[in-house]
Amino acid sequence: MNVSVDFCGIKFPNPTVVASGYLGVTGASLASCAKNGAGGVTAKTIFMDERPGHPNPTVVAFPGGLINAVGLCGEGIKNAKHEFEIYRDSAPDNPIIGSIGGKNLKELVEVAEIMDTYPVDMIELNFSCPNVDDEMGRPIACDPLMTAEATKAIRKVVKKPISVKLSPNVPDIGMIAKHAEMEGADAITAVNTMGPGMLIDPKLRRPILANKVGGVSGQALKPIAVRCVYDVYSAVQIPIIATGGVVNGNAALEMILAGGSLLGIGSAIMSNDMQCFTMIVDKIREYMEEEGFTDISELVGLAHEN
Amino acid sequence: MSVLTLEVKEIIEDAPNLKTYVFEHGLRAKPGQFVMVWMPGVDEVPMSIGWQSDTQFHLSIALAGDCTKAIHEQIKVGDKLGMRGPYGNPFTHEGYKNIVLVGGGCGMPPMLSLAQSATKAGVKTTVLLGGRTKDHLLFEKKFKDLGCEIHAATDDGSKGHKGFVTDVLEKELEKGGVDCVYTCGPEMMMVKVAQLAQDYNTPSQVSLERYMKCGFGICGQCCIDGTGLRVCKDGPVFPGEVALKHQEFGKYKRDSAGVKIGLDGCRL
Repeated sequence: MNVSVDFCGIKFPNPTVVASGYLGVTGASLASCAKNGAGGVTAKTIFMDERPGHPNPTVVAFPGGLINAVGLCGEGIKNAKHEFEIYRDSAPDNPIIGSIGGKNLKELVEVAEIMDTYPVDMIELNFSCPNVDDEMGRPIACDPLMTAEATKAIRKVVKKPISVKLSPNVPDIGMIAKHAEMEGADAITAVNTMGPGMLIDPKLRRPILANKVGGVSGQALKPIAVRCVYDVYSAVQIPIIATGGVVNGNAALEMILAGGSLLGIGSAIMSNDMQCFTMIVDKIREYMEEEGFTDISELVGLAHEN
Repeated sequence: MSVLTLEVKEIIEDAPNLKTYVFEHGLRAKPGQFVMVWMPGVDEVPMSIGWQSDTQFHLSIALAGDCTKAIHEQIKVGDKLGMRGPYGNPFTHEGYKNIVLVGGGCGMPPMLSLAQSATKAGVKTTVLLGGRTKDHLLFEKKFKDLGCEIHAATDDGSKGHKGFVTDVLEKELEKGGVDCVYTCGPEMMMVKVAQLAQDYNTPSQVSLERYMKCGFGICGQCCIDGTGLRVCKDGPVFPGEVALKHQEFGKYKRDSAGVKIGLDGCRL
């Protein structure tokens, strides 16, 4: 039974990939995910300059999942180089995706050019963080033409495969995916967090997150994410990293059947800790055995046939 | 519930720059665990849980940065603070008969929680209290009431041994019969404690502190170089031999952007 995935020519030993923003500050941390069974990892989105992010509280759990407004903190792309090198040395068989962001298109292109020289297998374009609207305006992925323009500009300077990370907070995600594909995206990551949402503390009578609003993920996002992956699969030919509420093996199967080739894993780490990767892969194997499949690629998008 | 919001019932000035906040809530945390304390409108920081009873718990907060400064200056009895937790891997003393606790300054609160748990289980508990002066030695009476044997060390000799608390630890280890050494306090002190314990073939447990965001093991902000272990989830309590393997233990930490900074908070 084969659960390894060939994704844009990159070989992942299994479909689980740590989603951007989770355990992605240091190379040692990401390597520890690979050691615990993650097929691959995505580093935290990085910008040109150092960013302190929002003050705490930035990440808060609630019964339906997680809400976060970390605010894209990071040490800046030049300082972060050694973290990618540390990861590459410690986990040579588990691909790493470098996630990039920018305050504007010029910065995005500059960061992309630098990331292309780093030891990463693929570059994810974070066009869809919902927590920095005050600073950067509406995310690029909320507009098909902006998505096309940004993808095109980055495609021009980057040789490595690129995946465009889309927002679920749009009326027609398939159309936006199509615009990314037309301008040379090799893959789509669907989706980023939804919202933004808000939690209020009744006793303090104020929003809990310092940023007041934040992106919602986990269980609450899952049905939306499954539909988004389904829509993107219908709209484009390029493969999908299905992300959003993949909290257990059943959710993973839904995402694959909707059209995901790889699975972005985040909130699952909260419920099942570092065992979540092997738990999800074991469940997929069990399903394949019961249902008579021999290669995981046979499952991708099967829900579209019925 | 996402956040536990509790009223401050009492504030005790336990030492210069350290205040203990009393909350009426049975938290039932394990010794060494922490809560994320939310000072509304300012920040949220990890704080070790100190004294606990079935109906109360104490947070002893040292003046260390903007958030703790705001708590010290603005929070009065009757005001509310938000908490998330308890989180983290605790101290354990199962199977031990004779343990030594080494605490320096603001590292004492979790030592107190551990002493409560250990003495209740009938473990002989010796506490080595370190501080700058006799006014900086924390919770002496509480440790005494629990039945702990106490040895003090002060920088100025105003009480007990004049010098490092680790000098006192070495004497205890020389005597033999110590099953495990526990420590929380300034990181250089903890490095020394872990090394001494290792030299005497004695297990040790150390409690680390790092900048945190989520507190429950997903954001990666507090991961330690070398192993990639998470201070909030795999720690804050680590076996001494594991801590000594961390290349950053006693050397550096990271700020909110993930940039490496010295243990004094200054840029490297």
